[in-house]
Amino acid sequence: MTSWNLSTRRHFLGQGGLGIGAMALGSLLSRDLKASTGDAQWRGIVNPPHHAPKAKRVIYLYMAGGPSHLESFDNKPKLAEMDGKPMPESFTKGQPIAQLQGKKLNCLGPQVKFQKYGESGQEISALFPHISGIADEMTIVRSVVTEQINHDPAHTFINTGRRVPGHPSMGAWINYGIGSECDDLPGFVVLTSVGGGQAQPIASRQWQAAYLPSELQGVKFKSTGDPVSYVGSPAGSSREDQRDIVSAIQRLNAMRDAAVPDPEIAARISQYEMAFRMHTSVPELTDLSDEPQNILDMYGTKGADGSFAANCLLARRMAERGVRFIQLYHRGWDHHSNLNKDMPRSAKLVDQASAALVRDLKQRGMLEDTIVIWGGEFGRTPMAQGSGRDHHIKGFSMWMAGGGFRGGTTYGETDELGYNALPDSAVKIRDFHATLLHQLGLEHTRLRVKFQGLDQGLTGVEHARVVREIIQ
Amino acid sequence: MNKSLFIPLLLQLASIALLASIAVAEDKLIFNRDIRPILSDKCFACHGPNADSREADLRLDVRASAVSDRDGVRAIIPGDAGESELLLRILSEDDRMPPPEGEKHLDPSEIATIREWIEQGAEYQMHWAFIAPSRPEVPNPPNTANPIDRFIFANLEAHDTEPSSPADPATLVRRLYFDLTGLPPSPEEIDAYAKDPSASAYGALVDSLLDSPHYGERMASYWLDLVRFADTQGFHSDDQQHIFPYRDYVISAFNSNMGFDRFTTEQLAGDLLENATLQQQIASGYNRLNQVTGEGGAQAGEYLVKYTADRIRTTSEVWLGATLGCAECHDHKFDPYTAGDFYRFGAFFADLEQVGVYSGNARSTGNYPPMLALPRVEQTDQITAVDERIAALKVERASPNIADNPDELKALDKKIKAAENERRVLDMSIIKTMVSRAVKPRVMRILPRGDWLDSSGEIVEPGVPHFLTQPKQQKGQRLTRLDLAKWMLDDSNPLTARVFVNRLWYLYFGQGLSNVLNDLGSQGEWPRHPELLDWLAVEFRESGWDIKHLIRLMVSSQAYQLSSTPTSVQLAKDPLNRLHARQARFRLQAEFVRDNALAISGLLVRDPGGRSVKPYQPIGYWSDSYKSVGNPHKYVASRGDDLYRRGLYTFWKRSFLHPSLLAFDAPNREACEARRPISNTPLQALVLLNDPTYVEAARAFAVRAMLQTEASPSERITWIIRQAVGRRPQTGEVAALSELYKDKLARYQLNVADAEALAGIGEYRVPANISLVELAAWTAVTRVVLNLHETITRN
Repeated sequence: MTSWNLSTRRHFLGQGGLGIGAMALGSLLSRDLKASTGDAQWRGIVNPPHHAPKAKRVIYLYMAGGPSHLESFDNKPKLAEMDGKPMPESFTKGQPIAQLQGKKLNCLGPQVKFQKYGESGQEISALFPHISGIADEMTIVRSVVTEQINHDPAHTFINTGRRVPGHPSMGAWINYGIGSECDDLPGFVVLTSVGGGQAQPIASRQWQAAYLPSELQGVKFKSTGDPVSYVGSPAGSSREDQRDIVSAIQRLNAMRDAAVPDPEIAARISQYEMAFRMHTSVPELTDLSDEPQNILDMYGTKGADGSFAANCLLARRMAERGVRFIQLYHRGWDHHSNLNKDMPRSAKLVDQASAALVRDLKQRGMLEDTIVIWGGEFGRTPMAQGSGRDHHIKGFSMWMAGGGFRGGTTYGETDELGYNALPDSAVKIRDFHATLLHQLGLEHTRLRVKFQGLDQGLTGVEHARVVREIIQ
Repeated sequence: MNKSLFIPLLLQLASIALLASIAVAEDKLIFNRDIRPILSDKCFACHGPNADSREADLRLDVRASAVSDRDGVRAIIPGDAGESELLLRILSEDDRMPPPEGEKHLDPSEIATIREWIEQGAEYQMHWAFIAPSRPEVPNPPNTANPIDRFIFANLEAHDTEPSSPADPATLVRRLYFDLTGLPPSPEEIDAYAKDPSASAYGALVDSLLDSPHYGERMASYWLDLVRFADTQGFHSDDQQHIFPYRDYVISAFNSNMGFDRFTTEQLAGDLLENATLQQQIASGYNRLNQVTGEGGAQAGEYLVKYTADRIRTTSEVWLGATLGCAECHDHKFDPYTAGDFYRFGAFFADLEQVGVYSGNARSTGNYPPMLALPRVEQTDQITAVDERIAALKVERASPNIADNPDELKALDKKIKAAENERRVLDMSIIKTMVSRAVKPRVMRILPRGDWLDSSGEIVEPGVPHFLTQPKQQKGQRLTRLDLAKWMLDDSNPLTARVFVNRLWYLYFGQGLSNVLNDLGSQGEWPRHPELLDWLAVEFRESGWDIKHLIRLMVSSQAYQLSSTPTSVQLAKDPLNRLHARQARFRLQAEFVRDNALAISGLLVRDPGGRSVKPYQPIGYWSDSYKSVGNPHKYVASRGDDLYRRGLYTFWKRSFLHPSLLAFDAPNREACEARRPISNTPLQALVLLNDPTYVEAARAFAVRAMLQTEASPSERITWIIRQAVGRRPQTGEVAALSELYKDKLARYQLNVADAEALAGIGEYRVPANISLVELAAWTAVTRVVLNLHETITRN
């Protein structure tokens, strides 16, 4: 029944210039890809991949709020010397500034000691004793540059590559490109945790699909109530009741399918199959009781309690089950004040589990095709804001591990005060995106969808470079 | 490329050119239809309107440039494709255009079309949508009176395609109800029409539905997507904002069939009208629907720029179908919009009273000035009474004989304080809504690359895109938002009427005549029925912008009333139904999925308007939407009737839209959305299966079934299916549901506690005379029926 649809739609879509609306395009494509295989899941538009992929999936440990690079991965002895002295105006003149607008700008030296770790001798601060233990797996990038200085737009910029809301997030793009490997879970999952410092809000637009097919949007797992909205059966309706109800729905839909030429009915039937599988697969996924004690201890969690540590363990379980893009937000890095007290608290909440995740993936042979990313939406100013630091976008740090990234490598640098990323090695957000897509077998210039008359992609229209220096 | 490869390619090209010329033998190529889409997509980025990205100083969007002689080389030599540099370069091995390393490539049929066009003389046209429509002649096929049908059927005949048969009455009535009101018909309403399916009965039905108060709700739910209406401010902590009276204004404007001209003017500039009425001021809340921030550390200057850009993007998409927003950082790459056009357009909104960053108390109350208070009559009376009381008490307090008596003073002060408190409470209970208010216009500059920190750009005054007919302007006079509205509605404006009728067509036929609903520009789509689109646009304008007239015309057409079942010929020749040889079939939009279930179950509360309501929502769903640890924005579900209101009244929180609406593709309303995607996902299945709203609806539906019919299970099932899908069930359907009913009856008889638990989902109370065990079994049946694909599909 769907074959006419498939071939004619493909023919139609091949006529790029016809300019069908991207929304319609997304819906049509989505149905085709799924209908062609009888699949409930999207299997990706780029098949085969543009080139041999190094990685299959991504776990993005997103440190929301903006961790200070100056107390984590970017050691600045000169800033220590300048502690308390005025910040030279040559650095700050004409620059966008957030809460320090119009304030006196004095340097604040690093509040914590750095040391070299691993055979590679990567410099990491004392706030991260566990992460420093995986130094040889890490690619530290100290020269990330973003464009938005307030949390909300900065999140949007990192996730979608755009200043203007309304574009797809990277998890949606990646799933659009290479599809899902999993038949009973979404291809893009989001988890959140809170703690340590001031926690800023995070909006669902950060995992939206925008003009890509809606099923590519991130599904947020919650730690209270049903992990996925509406995945639990209603009171008084047992699993068997649910099964009987779903199979009656399927029977009636199938009768309709036989009577009416509407390919959406077949698609609906497969969606109910997947929904029913989720009734089981989601509780199985989130039930950590089958994890041995040594693993729980390794992550530093007692069970699925909504903590970052528990979320890291859940992320590993999702990765094992084929979830393509897993994003963990930890809201708690906005250290405008009490940096000395609060940043160690934030670090303690994520340090052990971040390292455990990398080690655990490695011991299961999964690190080589899983990219782990660790970083926030921006860094923090070398200038003091009372007892803390303000938002900073001109140079900050992130790290990656696994997935074909070059372990034990530090790339890029900021100037002597940790303000500006040096131009030769600056990594813009679109460069980061291009590199990420590259590792997944996608060429960023070719992963495009027409919307508002433009061929839109995660990296936008400006030139983006794959940062070859940080990949194998 | 080596020679041996090149020769087959040439052969291939030649044969395709041959095919192409056969295909177009009867017709001359039309630039706008056949050529512009190719050149725009593949060439304009480097050889188009944007001067910054232009290569070799060659424009292919302007004929003069394309045919000009540059050192003996001409990109296009009309009539001589073989010598035209454009074609030589397209076919070149070494120096090919578009560059092989780029993302744009021409396929052989496109090359053949360009060749043919050059051979035919390379005639250009101004982009079709920028030429004001004039009323085309209506074709004259036999037996049709409705002009729409005359266009559609003449075109079908030209394409040798037969239309589908007319839809059966049940399907047609159900379609019409959904399309005009967003609600399903009852089986009795279907029967009433089926008994007398005459043209006059149909006409009467159309009229009665257009007169229904639910018509305005249905239309509003589309308009609110366009203007991105929401109950929260959008950015950062996404606090609530009070602007629901604007939503109610939109509903009543559609219901009273306000002309689209007045509707336009009041929204853009209601506050500027002389003696603006309350409603006109409420309408001007349109200008306040952009996203705003309350984030600490946000710079006012930056956000004022963001708000203006948002208004430009939205207003140009809503009324002009223009992607003017793309010209924020640079001239548009495909259309002639310049960055100057962008900022001049933005200057129309520079007079709006607007702070950059929202802070302070307003965030917790949702009241961001300028606000308009909308007291009810009795509230006004109460305020007057309290004010008088306070004044009297103060007079008393000031009298000399009191001043000396501390006890009496104390007592009076207490009374005054109480009265003032009463006044505050009264104030808070009064509905307020955000409106527009004009102040001294902010200075508007062209921002190079959109950079708000760069103040080197030229200062601009309000103005419309430079290449369109300009509004009349006295010397030294600054154009206002009123002038903008007037210009949009002027006969010479080529876009406004086309954009709106094209979207109406989409609402009633499932796709636009030009199917990129937010972009009628160069990268949009050449309309499949350009004459019909223009005829409708002119008819709309000349009818006094009469929306109901246009809709009546559309839904009264035979084309509208066709079956959505395709013939095999149609599938082969026109799989996407661009000829409209049949009706469309699509899943209901998010709000109507909800409304439909509530209506079928009898739970729907049809009250219009008022504060947005909060249906059941999963616990913790909002927990990431506020910054304070342990202090999430609390979602407190409504009680009573407000749980059963139509979906468009659901509290629209931009950062976390209600998950049931979101699952069915409702937009978060951050940006203008002219077309919702229609997805088909497992999350939708989970909503219909397990969201308490739907389980409760199934319970109430089951109770209705049990109370309505005393009959056998199979007759009851027949009744249930008819309620949900309008038609009578097949035997197999009844059998399957009877089986389920019997199984579940036996199962709940063994476990009454489960039956009771199921009966406790949602606030709806089961009448005392209903057996909970039987109800649980029937609820299984009604849950199935509410989940059917057909139940949520309009066909």
